[in-house]
Amino acid sequence: MKRFLIPLGLFLVLVVFLAIGLNRDPHEVPSPLVGKPAPDFKLQQLAEPDKSFSPADMRGQVWLLNVWASWCVSCRAEHPLLVAFARQGGLPIVGLNYKEVRGDGETDVKKLAADEETTLTRQRAAAWLSQHGNPYLLSALDMDGRVGIDYGVYGVPETYLIDKKGVIRYKQIGPITPEALEKKILPLAKQLAGES
Amino acid sequence: MLRLSRSLHALPARVDTSVNKTLATLATAALLGMTPVAHAGEAAPLAADPVVEARMIAISEELRCLVCQNESLAASHAELAEDLRREVRSLIRDGKSDAEVRDYLVSRYGDFVLYRPPVKPTTWLLWFGPFLILAAAIIGLIAYLRRRASLLKPAALSAADRAAAEALLSGDSQPTQPKDQA
Repeated sequence: MKRFLIPLGLFLVLVVFLAIGLNRDPHEVPSPLVGKPAPDFKLQQLAEPDKSFSPADMRGQVWLLNVWASWCVSCRAEHPLLVAFARQGGLPIVGLNYKEVRGDGETDVKKLAADEETTLTRQRAAAWLSQHGNPYLLSALDMDGRVGIDYGVYGVPETYLIDKKGVIRYKQIGPITPEALEKKILPLAKQLAGES
Repeated sequence: MLRLSRSLHALPARVDTSVNKTLATLATAALLGMTPVAHAGEAAPLAADPVVEARMIAISEELRCLVCQNESLAASHAELAEDLRREVRSLIRDGKSDAEVRDYLVSRYGDFVLYRPPVKPTTWLLWFGPFLILAAAIIGLIAYLRRRASLLKPAALSAADRAAAEALLSGDSQPTQPKDQA
C-alpha cells in the first residue's frame, strides 16, 4: 500500500499544477506598470482638434483610461457597459483612441497624406461614438500607437485605473466585464477616492 | 499570389500534359512577373541600415511577441511586433545598448517579453528547481542502492556445506552425501 502513496502523491501534485496552468489565460500578461506613474503624453483631442490632453490634466481625480478603436470588435462588447457606467456618473473615463486608421488592417498609411490620416481618424472615431454612444470625458488620438507602447498596450481594449497622484493602480486586459467592474474596479476606485 | 496557387491546387489531378505544360509556363511567368511587385512595398524600410537591422534582429529574436506569444518579435507579423521593431530600430539609432533596449521593453511589457527570464528571487525556483529535483533524485537513488546492497549480502556458508563444496571441487570421484541427509 505504502509503495503506491508516493507515485499517487506526485500524480496529484502534477494534476494541481496542470489545473492551475490550464485555468490561467496566457494572454493576460501582468503589467509591470501597475504601481508606477502613468506615462506622460500629449495628444490632440478628438472632439476639439485645437486642444490637447495630457494625463497631468487629471491630477487630483481617480479616473479610467480606456484604450479603444472603431475596428476593435471586443470594444463593441464592452462599450454598453462603459456608456451605462458613465451615465451613472461612476468615474471620469478618458478614451485613448488607438491606431484608428493604421490598426484597421486595411488602410496603408504610407499612401495617405499627413493630414489625411488625422481627418480619417476623426471621422471614423466620431462616427463610431455617435453610433454606439460616447462614455468619454474626451478622447485623445494615438494615431501611430507610440503612447500605446509606453502604456504596454498589446491588445485593444485595455483599461487603466489611475489614482489622484497619477499612479496606475489596476489594468484591465480585454473588455471590462460587469464582474471586473463590480469586484475589482469599483471597490479599488472607492478606496483610492479616500486617499489624499 | 495566394489566389494563383489556390487555383492551381483546385485543378483536377490528371490534366492533358500539353495543358499542364502551358499552365506551368504561365505560372512561372506569373511568378517571375509578380514576385518583385508583391514585395517591393514591404522591403523598403528594412534595408535602410544593415548594421541597425542586424542588431535589431539579434535583439528581437530573444524577445517574445505579445500578440502571437510563441513567436519571437523578430519573426512575428503582428502589427504590434512591427511597431515594436520600429521602436527598437529607433532606440538603436539613438545609440542605446542592447541591454537598454531590452529594459525599455521590459519596463512596458514585463519580464514576459524575455525568452530568457532574468535570475532573481522570484525566478530562483524556475532556474534552480530542476537541479533541486536532480539532487533529490540522486539522494534517493543512493539511499535505494545502499539498502538494496545490504539486502543482497550473500548468506554465510555453513561448515558442512563448505566441506561438501570443497569435496566437489577437489574432484573426488566418490560423491559424498552431506551428513544431514544421511
